[in-house]
Amino acid sequence: MSTTLLIVQTLNGLQLGVLLFLIAAGLTLVFGVMDFINLAHGVQYMLGAYLAVMFYGLTGNFFFALILALGAALAFGLILEFAVFRHLYDRDHLDQVIATFGIIIFLNQGVKLLWGASPLSLPMPEIFSGSIVLMPGILYPVWRLVIIGSGLVVALILYLLVGHTRAGMLVRAGATNAPMVSALGVNIRRLFMIVFGFGTMLAGFAGIMIAPILSVEPGMGDTILILAFVVIVIGGIGSIRGAFLAALIIGLVDTLGRSFAVDILRLFMAPSPARTVGPAIASMLIYLLMAVVLYLRPAGLFPAKGRA
Amino acid sequence: MADVALSSSSAARRSLLAGNVLPILLFVAFALLPLFAAFSAEAYLLSLVTRVMIFAIAALSLDLLIGYGALISFGHAAFIGLGAYAVGILGAHEIHDALISLPAALAASALFAFATGIVCLRTKGVYFIMITLAFGQMVFFIATSLAPYGGDDGLTIRLRSTLAGFSVFASDRALYYVCFACLLGAYLLCRVLIASRFGRVYRGARENALRMGTIGFEVYRYQLIMYVIGGAIAGLAGFLLSNATDFVSPAYMAWQRSGDLLIMVILGGMGTLHGAIIGAAAFLLTEEWLSGLTEHWKVIFGPLLVLVAVFARGGLIGVGTRLRGMLRG
Repeated sequence: MSTTLLIVQTLNGLQLGVLLFLIAAGLTLVFGVMDFINLAHGVQYMLGAYLAVMFYGLTGNFFFALILALGAALAFGLILEFAVFRHLYDRDHLDQVIATFGIIIFLNQGVKLLWGASPLSLPMPEIFSGSIVLMPGILYPVWRLVIIGSGLVVALILYLLVGHTRAGMLVRAGATNAPMVSALGVNIRRLFMIVFGFGTMLAGFAGIMIAPILSVEPGMGDTILILAFVVIVIGGIGSIRGAFLAALIIGLVDTLGRSFAVDILRLFMAPSPARTVGPAIASMLIYLLMAVVLYLRPAGLFPAKGRA
Repeated sequence: MADVALSSSSAARRSLLAGNVLPILLFVAFALLPLFAAFSAEAYLLSLVTRVMIFAIAALSLDLLIGYGALISFGHAAFIGLGAYAVGILGAHEIHDALISLPAALAASALFAFATGIVCLRTKGVYFIMITLAFGQMVFFIATSLAPYGGDDGLTIRLRSTLAGFSVFASDRALYYVCFACLLGAYLLCRVLIASRFGRVYRGARENALRMGTIGFEVYRYQLIMYVIGGAIAGLAGFLLSNATDFVSPAYMAWQRSGDLLIMVILGGMGTLHGAIIGAAAFLLTEEWLSGLTEHWKVIFGPLLVLVAVFARGGLIGVGTRLRGMLRG
């Protein structure tokens, strides 16, 4: 394994981590504050990507498409909240699982109906296309750096919002003890709606940003949803800080595992079994990590609900 | 048998409908169906209902965990997959006899349940849901990487299982009745388990684990044993599924399949056992019916699930009970 590859793959891992953070942030807040399992978070990411493709087709400009798609994703999220989720906050986790699973099935098929089953693509903005030279001999696509950068900016904004504003304080209080916050006279339903809309928008944002490098297709949200759940469970449900750290860990472990598992196994295995076992171990790595973390710390790394 | 079940099942106390009439009707219907099927599209009907019964077995075992122990497993499809792969892998090595492959299927799923249960049962609530999902995903990825056994594409089972050399599973009708017997056996086993002292401790742990611990029961151990039993029953379903479809693939264990199983249990009404059977039938038959109507049947199916979640508390059985209540005034 060469250093060039290592550097490139580390950056790729960071990019995946940042993407996961964008999705996991909303998920962990919705989960932590409202105690609501939203399996439909993944399709909101998919929807963001599809909306961006649609608005790009209408406007022909990536940045207009970004803004319009963000607005549309937010509007759609709020409609969902109003029509479905609102009725399920006080209910059993299982009812929430069924309802949001139903929404996944509906939307995955819905985008197929509207935009067809074949993968679509979104061209990236002209100025960010191409690659730059990071070091002599190392070329890296600019767009991936833009994703990493924008993810870090969002993380910073979230940190300031959640850690240093009144609304953020209420969100944190809600994650620790929602009934108490409500008893102190805070309109918890409105807080829920704001948090939910914000989370939806972040997921949509992730979908839009990744659309230029992935193909936009039905079901693209399903895999990422599971990864995002792994992230928030490792990080501790309701904790933004935990989600950020866990997202980077998962992104790096998954990407580096996939690129180097075979090489590492070959150090103490014959090449041909290493080639068979390597990919399997690589795809299991993050789940293994999650099992170990939960075995040692059953409530994740930074339990917001730990109540010391 | 019936006495034990009647006196202790909490469902039986709630209403007669949820008591014994419905399960008996269900099983009579399953038993008689092949006689009617002979007058219509027999092969189609038999294979469809065989599928229903197989998933009913799996849903039953999941209800044992969710409905009676609040152990929400989101990785239950892994057990089905393990059972199915036991048949497939042994078959690839020219071992087709159920005397070997059935115990292997049960042992594989039970062992996996035991090993993962040790870790999973340390966690509670949402974390339990997620960690069972994680283990399910691990098995899924192992299966996709089994290159000698088809990897992603899965593998075809050339010969259905035999029993001590006799090809008892060969005809569709024979397989139907084998599945029927397994479903009946699994159902009765679950009822006996739930009604037993062991089952009462297990159910007590759902209500209040701390209290059960205080009066001297090591709750963890009871839950682990039930988790292993649930896993093994799902492994049995996997064994039957691979024989019914003549095929195994990692798709059997995708997390969406675990979601389907959860939906079957909740749709029927959890904590009743026969609710799981009704749920599996309702889920698969609705799927079959809608997919016959339109290619985009999922656009209808998804919102149906949302409606069930929002309005049908207690699943179909709960709705039935409420309707009866309304009729009585």
